[in-house]
Amino acid sequence: MGGILVIAEQRRGELRPVSLELVSAAQALRLDGDAVAVAVLAPDPARFVDPLKVAGVDEIITVQTVAAEFDPDTFESAVGALIGARHPAVVLIAHSVDSFGYAAALAAKNGFGFATDVFKVEHIDGELVATRGGYGQKVSVEVDFPGRATVLLAVRPTVFKAPDGAASPTTTTFAAPATASRALGGEFIEVSAADDVDMTSAEFILTIGRGVGEEAKIAQFRELADAVGATLGCSRPIADAGWLPKSRQVGQSGKTASACQLYIAMGVSGAIQHLAGMKHIGTIVAVNSDAGASIFGVAKYGIVGDIFEIAEELRRHF
Amino acid sequence: MKILVAVKQVTALDEDFVIAADGRDVDADFLIRDLNEWDDFSLEEAVKIKEASAEAVEVVVVSVGPEEADEALRKCLAKGADRAVRVWDHAVAGSDPIAIARLLAAVARLEAPDLLFAGVQSSDHGFASTGIATAGFLGWPHGAVVANLVFTPGAKSAVFRRELEGGLLHQVTIQCPAVLTIQAGINTPRYASLRSIKQAAAKPIELRSLADLAVSADDVGEGGSLSHIRRMYIPDKGRAQLIEGSAADQAKRLAEIIREFKGEA
Repeated sequence: MGGILVIAEQRRGELRPVSLELVSAAQALRLDGDAVAVAVLAPDPARFVDPLKVAGVDEIITVQTVAAEFDPDTFESAVGALIGARHPAVVLIAHSVDSFGYAAALAAKNGFGFATDVFKVEHIDGELVATRGGYGQKVSVEVDFPGRATVLLAVRPTVFKAPDGAASPTTTTFAAPATASRALGGEFIEVSAADDVDMTSAEFILTIGRGVGEEAKIAQFRELADAVGATLGCSRPIADAGWLPKSRQVGQSGKTASACQLYIAMGVSGAIQHLAGMKHIGTIVAVNSDAGASIFGVAKYGIVGDIFEIAEELRRHF
Repeated sequence: MKILVAVKQVTALDEDFVIAADGRDVDADFLIRDLNEWDDFSLEEAVKIKEASAEAVEVVVVSVGPEEADEALRKCLAKGADRAVRVWDHAVAGSDPIAIARLLAAVARLEAPDLLFAGVQSSDHGFASTGIATAGFLGWPHGAVVANLVFTPGAKSAVFRRELEGGLLHQVTIQCPAVLTIQAGINTPRYASLRSIKQAAAKPIELRSLADLAVSADDVGEGGSLSHIRRMYIPDKGRAQLIEGSAADQAKRLAEIIREFKGEA
């Protein structure tokens, strides 16, 4: 049948922003006559219909689920049934923790063309081509899907911009098959702010990463952050090692630095999950001894140098 | 009671590397190999369960890869795995995570573990697909991005917390046998002692062929994959405006940027 199917993502009654980004990604793949349908799976899917009426959406498909929140069996079965009924050429989902939980199993079982963490989608000579990173984002990799009638792409969040403007799509209901979940979701737990820091409201953040090397060096940067008036943050490896509390971790899996305007990253190489949480920040300054570090790809200013030396010199100015 | 831990020998790049002649990978001379960072955590989680258990628990590590992958497997043996299995055949070269998962699922059918762990993703290509695709082939319950796990060997279910975006955890109760992908930071991986490294060097690595696993050569390699690499290239370097000069000069400019932001300039 063709066309593009977008699977919206919601959690605890809120549509996740990536859902609308996927609608924009769909426009890049829209061929003549293609319709873009957005499906939303929830116990009460109707509440998401209005927020999904954005430019570029032709149809909204509501799929009622028994499970209150994401669960892999429900999503695999419902999205699988929807694809089976509609035969879309392309299915776009978010490259997110929820999709990590079911997309690969769905693709494997059904033989769909499949790529994850895709940041570019296009048609080249009539072939669907997706681009993703490789070797720690040091290379770009173009993949295609010869002979696959349906291709499932997990698109990296924050790459595409949500569409401007509204639309008047039709709304359809799809009855998902009943599924017994073998992985029952329960309560949500907020990672507590162990030292009462709120990274989401910090406007100026100085973040340290793996380049700091050892726990004993943390104090120097804590003192520097205080001196320059920044909130001290860290990348995942520093929090994982327990050198700073988890509440100070910034990036996609940690706290989102949503209010941040100036971000100085020292010794952060820039794992993709970290960078994805930083994209909105006006001024990013990266200090790293490795000129090839991927953080220089998103930074406004770059300093290639020794973080300890720069820290020491910077301290003299405050 | 058995836990199967799927591990990968990942490849990082030398500082200066070149794309191979066919334009579809990096020249193999520029690859540096190591055990995937996430797999260190999933192995530790399995060994921790074994050490805390009253009943006997066997921890088996499995990797799909050529002979070089033995190095990663020996690292796991040195850190507490009981047995190591390596799957390889020339036909496997060029496999995507789905084709790899087909082989891991075949190993899991033979080993019949109570839990199968894999890292959330690999540090080289970050597909975040192999573990959950393996569960798909097995038809087992599965959970991704596990940041906390409570499991008593012999129990019919496990309770875990998956790590969501934005500092949120979601608790899940899952039926066993199950596949879980383990998040970095779930535990503190141990270092192998010199003695255990020496002992691991003497342990056998069990080889499995496609025939052992009853997997056809057509179902692995590029033919058994759900995507095909057209081209690999080095992207344009970042748009960062470099601040040049001595460390003192660089720090001076950084101080100006900070003052401008604070409205003090």
